[in-house]
Amino acid sequence: MRKYTDRLSKWLSFACAGLVVILTVSILYFISSKGLATFFVNDVSIKEFLFGVRWSPEPSSEQVKPLVGSLPLTSGSIIISFLAACISAPLSILVAVFITEIAPGWGRKIIQPTIELLAGIPSVVYGYIGLSVLVPFIRNSIGGLGFSVLAGFLVLSVMILPTIISVSTESLRALPEQWKHASYALGATRWQTIRMVLIPAARPGLITGIVLGLARAFGEALAVQMVIGNVRKVPDSILDQTITLTSAITMDMGYTVMGSLWNNALWSMALMLLLISFFSILTIRLISKRGAIR
Amino acid sequence: MNNRLKDRLATGMFWFGAVAVLLILFFLLAYIFLHGFKSISWHFLTSPPETIRAGGGIGPQIFNSFYLLFLTMAITTPVGIMAGIYLAEYARRNNITEAIRLSIETLTSLPSIVIGLFGLLIFVNKTGWGYSLMAGALAISVINLPFMVRISEEAIRDVSDEMREASLALGASHWQTIWRIVLPSALPGLITGGIIAAGRVFGEAAALLYTAGMSSPALNFQNLDITSSTSPLSPFRPAETLAVHIWKVNSEGLIPDVRQVADGASAFLVLTVLVFNITARWAGRYIHRRLTSSQ
Repeated sequence: MRKYTDRLSKWLSFACAGLVVILTVSILYFISSKGLATFFVNDVSIKEFLFGVRWSPEPSSEQVKPLVGSLPLTSGSIIISFLAACISAPLSILVAVFITEIAPGWGRKIIQPTIELLAGIPSVVYGYIGLSVLVPFIRNSIGGLGFSVLAGFLVLSVMILPTIISVSTESLRALPEQWKHASYALGATRWQTIRMVLIPAARPGLITGIVLGLARAFGEALAVQMVIGNVRKVPDSILDQTITLTSAITMDMGYTVMGSLWNNALWSMALMLLLISFFSILTIRLISKRGAIR
Repeated sequence: MNNRLKDRLATGMFWFGAVAVLLILFFLLAYIFLHGFKSISWHFLTSPPETIRAGGGIGPQIFNSFYLLFLTMAITTPVGIMAGIYLAEYARRNNITEAIRLSIETLTSLPSIVIGLFGLLIFVNKTGWGYSLMAGALAISVINLPFMVRISEEAIRDVSDEMREASLALGASHWQTIWRIVLPSALPGLITGGIIAAGRVFGEAAALLYTAGMSSPALNFQNLDITSSTSPLSPFRPAETLAVHIWKVNSEGLIPDVRQVADGASAFLVLTVLVFNITARWAGRYIHRRLTSSQ
């Protein structure tokens, strides 16, 4: 009896762990089967979808056929998440070094809980604050309509801070104490130790944090949708309005008919998001493997 | 510029970064609470929303959020803990384990809107439930599951091997050891991690737009028949949650008091998540103390 319980529970726990794999595979399968319809059912070429510069999927009289070039959306997503990472990454690394090296005592006690709180604030709340504070502020004191690339990446840069900070802190903390001691013993100052020993040694971890932050920024939907204005064009300046992959999916999925070209194109975009996040995971694995060998 | 001066300047730079992040959080919380508490009242928290007039509340949305959280945690807690047990206790280093870990990482990093679309396809359309609480709970379970697995695995791994060995030496089977010795010792970690995961579920919106839906049909709180569509307990009715409500009032903007409603709802949402976070720390420590009688 005891033996059976033992075996049964082992299999049950294996089934639960296997469920995670089944879920991942079925997400990949179902999103692909819908997303590939654009190319196989509607006969849009992959090139046209990826690099077409006109996103104008609604049927209209002046236009012979709807155009589903997703480049304006993809470029919007890339620009906004890249700029967000440009602000957030340096700031996060400063904070991570502060927590581990400058003030390990109260850094751990005060700043780390703060970061966790920041991570707990829901993304719609970030979007709402962006909409009610940042957008009017940009409109009144910088110019433009306020709904802009600038508002989008500022909101995102705060949202991805906790991700990058916590991964960087962990990787800095994992470094052997002796390296630091050796560097101090050689007469290096704290700044020299941080710059020439700690940061280079923790680089794989820091890059992992930044890639995770970028992936999060790229996939964020509502907070971005609320502040960027959602105008279908490639932005000329950071005060211009734009649109992203996620914001187009968010807005149009409910208003399009399942199976129409417009709808299928939205699923193709979801597939693109899925593949990008999958590749970012593979990149991270590659980086950490390389880091481990050295 | 000599090295000592450089060192001083660099220290100043690190201080600047830390203070900047603290100020950002302080500003966010101050803004949310100062604006939010002005619009929160008993009436606001308990009455249903208005569609075109001012003065609506967020009562049903609050109820839906908690009910959805309950359904999600009821699904992910047992599955997540079992999967965590497998990874911590049984898994060998082989391709199957590798596939499980890769899947967990992939699921964790998937944008929630993509999981929402998967939910739309499977839990809304294929099952024929339509927009419903159950579809929303299942979609959010997909997001929450990898977190729960990770939390459980870590908590179970933290249990010292001496405890396991002592139990096995007394003649207990592997499962008896896990069930009676390892899991109780891992409980503080499981509870802390679980409550923090619950906080994330509570604030999720993107995955719910097309699964639990954006409408909240009138609820009759006297009706406790679980199969009736006006009953708040029915899991097969469309249900707009608090986070979705904040997004919807802002993007549709049909009511004149959008700002007050969104301010109040945001403050309530953030306050709840804060309470979850604080409870998580406190509960973990309290249970640890009770179980181990350590100070």
